[in-house]
Amino acid sequence: MSEATGVKEPPRYTKKDFESDQDVRWCPGCGDYAILSAIQKSMPDLGIPREDIVFISGIGCSSRFPYYMNTYGFHTIHGRAPAIATGLRLARPDLKVFVVTGDGDGLSIGGNHLIHVLRRNVNVTILLFNNKVYGLTKGQYSPTTEFGKMTKSTPFGSADRPVNPLTFALGVGATFVARTVDRNVAHMEEIVKRAAHHKGAAFVEILQNCNVYNDLAWNAVYDRELKVMHELRVQHGKPLLFGPIDDRRGLVLEGSKPKVVRVKDVAEGALWVYDETDPWAAQALALLTSDPEFPIPVGVLLNVEAPVYEEVLIDQEKKAVADRGVGDVAELLTSGDTWRIP
Amino acid sequence: MSDGTPVSAPKKPRRELDRAVVRFAGDSGDGMQVTGEQFTTETAWAGNDLSTLPNFPAEIRAPAGTLFGVSSFQIQFGRHRVYTPGDRLDCLVAMNPAALKTNLSDLKDGGLLILNTNSFDQKNLDRAGYKTNPMDDSALAGRYRVHKVEISRLTKEALEDLSLGTKEKERCKNFFSLGLVSWIYTRPIEPTVTWIKKRFAKNLEMVEANIRALKAGYHFGETAEIFGECYGIEPAELPSGLYRSITGTRALAWGLLAAAQRSGLSMVYGAYPITPASDILHELAQHKRFRVRTFQAEDEIAAVGSVIGAAFGGAIGVCATSGPGLALKAEGMGLAVMAELPIVVFDIQRAGPSTGMPTKTEQADLLQAMYGRSSEAPVVILAPATPGDCFFVAYEAVRLAVKYMVPVLVLSDGYLANGAEPWVIPNPESLPEISVGFRTEKEGFFPYVRDEATLARPWVRPGTPGLEHQIGGLEKEHITGHVSYAPDNHELMVKLRAEKVRRVAQEIPATTINGPSAGDLLVVGWGGTLGAITGAVEEAQMEGKAVASVHIRHMNPLPPDLGQILRQYRRVLVPEINSGQLVRLLRAEYLVDAVGFNRVRGLPLATSEIKEAIDQILKEKE
Ligand code: SF4
Repeated sequence: MSEATGVKEPPRYTKKDFESDQDVRWCPGCGDYAILSAIQKSMPDLGIPREDIVFISGIGCSSRFPYYMNTYGFHTIHGRAPAIATGLRLARPDLKVFVVTGDGDGLSIGGNHLIHVLRRNVNVTILLFNNKVYGLTKGQYSPTTEFGKMTKSTPFGSADRPVNPLTFALGVGATFVARTVDRNVAHMEEIVKRAAHHKGAAFVEILQNCNVYNDLAWNAVYDRELKVMHELRVQHGKPLLFGPIDDRRGLVLEGSKPKVVRVKDVAEGALWVYDETDPWAAQALALLTSDPEFPIPVGVLLNVEAPVYEEVLIDQEKKAVADRGVGDVAELLTSGDTWRIP
Repeated sequence: MSDGTPVSAPKKPRRELDRAVVRFAGDSGDGMQVTGEQFTTETAWAGNDLSTLPNFPAEIRAPAGTLFGVSSFQIQFGRHRVYTPGDRLDCLVAMNPAALKTNLSDLKDGGLLILNTNSFDQKNLDRAGYKTNPMDDSALAGRYRVHKVEISRLTKEALEDLSLGTKEKERCKNFFSLGLVSWIYTRPIEPTVTWIKKRFAKNLEMVEANIRALKAGYHFGETAEIFGECYGIEPAELPSGLYRSITGTRALAWGLLAAAQRSGLSMVYGAYPITPASDILHELAQHKRFRVRTFQAEDEIAAVGSVIGAAFGGAIGVCATSGPGLALKAEGMGLAVMAELPIVVFDIQRAGPSTGMPTKTEQADLLQAMYGRSSEAPVVILAPATPGDCFFVAYEAVRLAVKYMVPVLVLSDGYLANGAEPWVIPNPESLPEISVGFRTEKEGFFPYVRDEATLARPWVRPGTPGLEHQIGGLEKEHITGHVSYAPDNHELMVKLRAEKVRRVAQEIPATTINGPSAGDLLVVGWGGTLGAITGAVEEAQMEGKAVASVHIRHMNPLPPDLGQILRQYRRVLVPEINSGQLVRLLRAEYLVDAVGFNRVRGLPLATSEIKEAIDQILKEKE
């Protein structure tokens, strides 16, 4: 089998070591540039030899990503990257596998594969760039586009209700769910690193700007002033706070429902202290995204442990080999009923 | 064979036959498949050559007694070579009226007809649509040798003192039938006794009941006055060796295991449940000790995706499906063509289109295999000819895939998958080498530099330092593998991908011609029709006709000597279970006036119908 035999000492890398020689072909000003840079920057800190890292993508603007990473890379078929990554992990559990996808690739054509890679808890890090539009095909609405939005394919406004990527991931049983923003390089780096270290399927939604077809779709978390009231930084073990320094707002839980309060109005200890290992809390928080009354949560929403699909299979295999030895084809062929003709 | 002697020697006269065709037919719940399989094992023990045809409904639990719920198992066995399960029956066992109705027309005049009279009650007669009881029909007795046996009652009687419930006792009646037919054809019942002991090891009462039912049937034949004689069939003169019975499904799975072991590569098998391909997944999933990792994917697309991922990782990636599933895999196979990764796809063809008749056989995916992907996406295509051949073809598929860095598609079919034949167990050591040289050398590395002889691009395992590279579905620049939209480069790459597949022709051995190397007629077949074609051609040859046949296992590329061979005969006939697919390819490729013989009934071709087609075409010539 291919499992690495010894622990390799990874060289000391810099960001440059992860930049490929291919020309980057995104539109000038696209949010993907910042994401690329943040990911290249976070790679040296992973402590993984470059040759053991694989980026797999589907189709779409985001999915050009592997070409620009100086690692092993595979730009595959629309929506299918999770399936290809699963096969790769089965064959090569020694590799660190990233999946790069978008809102159309991951939640529309590839929605089925995304469900199953998350529920199986295959050890891959999934980065979904959500710009709420189809960029590469020139501006149709996507499964995350808000209801009523006018796009090329919905000149009278879209009639679809959008999917919330976080509730989707939580709903199918993902074990690590997070969100970050393309305009916040430091936060992206932190989240990508945490996701990469998670054992099992890690799902990260990266809010991304498509300045050509859906500019400033995430302005609420871009604009310096808007952001104050609209971005909620989620931190494990800390109260959920946002708003201006001099008039902080916080979340409290009323029954199962979160509510925004002025911090100064509530007693100490009344605020919702976030626990990222609590799937109930994660669901409640993820739902806020769809509600304009609430800020948009950003950070790690869920981080729990569960059996990793390929590890379970490999353990079964090891046990079978330990119990009865490695299979031998000559023995297999002559097993059961046989007879000899002289 | 010493341990093959019957429990007690038959006392009635024994008549020697050359061959016999027997079919067990009953309700889906009557255990006809087990009965047939056990009769097959007994027959293999008796040293006869044989060929089988299981035939069962797609419905898991079809309503009892209905026509569409009938399940059957047919076997032909003989003292000479047996090529097919046989066209017409010498003996039909009908466990209920529905089985009689749906199978009687295949019984030869004068053939043995064994009826379970207990099941011919009003309810079952109604369900089968009989207005009057066919057992009372004097025409039946006039045309066939009818044996009315109270199979259900006799079974229950034999088990009387056992504490099992009436239903459970009744369920043992298939072993009574098996015992009876085993006596009629002097088959040894020991292998079945051994099998019952193993199968029901956890329930000793069931062991006892089934063995008793089996022996009761056997002794009933021996003692009941209605059976005046029994039949013997001398062992066939088969090539010497250690034999086992093998189905196409198992042979495909084992061929993969042999390829994995020989190459030292790990294997990922990705599959989505589909009839009749699923049995390969079931088989492989048992063999964790062989380090094959089976993955039940969320759909057909994910299944092919997973094996592409595995191949990218340096493992053998294999998936299997059936007709409609192959359509779903087209996109993934296109990627494997572009990325030039070695994957193997089995298509266990079934009658279609759409869901069609999932448990029935067909050969109608050849053109889909050839052309059913977007743009120009050639792949290597192989087709096994017999159940046992599936082993070698699976192995060859892996060998070619990794040698040429190309997807290989294997066209099996429902008949090969479920059919069984006695099989000389090969020595895995004698199989051809599968050499895999992963590229590790940095000097001069580009993802799309090619081997001169095979045009294969290098296979690099991720994890190899210094060879980090990116590939994908976008057109590749020759050698560098960079994304390229240059017109001339695209044309060059289209040609290179096609040429690489064409070069597989250098692997194909000289075509074996069954018959004269020139003459009036060449019959060209492929896949599971080998037996029927060979039987028909040999009959024609015995009549002194200048007829030969060839059977193609390499469908793409075709054997390099085929064009030359085709021209040595005045006429070319291509029997297929489709509306004429190989015949089209041959006409296009070689400009020969080949004609098709085509049936699409979900059934294997019959020797007799091919023979008629041969006679017909020879007559036309005159
Ligand atoms: S279309 Fe939008 S998402 Fe795509 S590259 Fe251009 S700006 Fe980026």
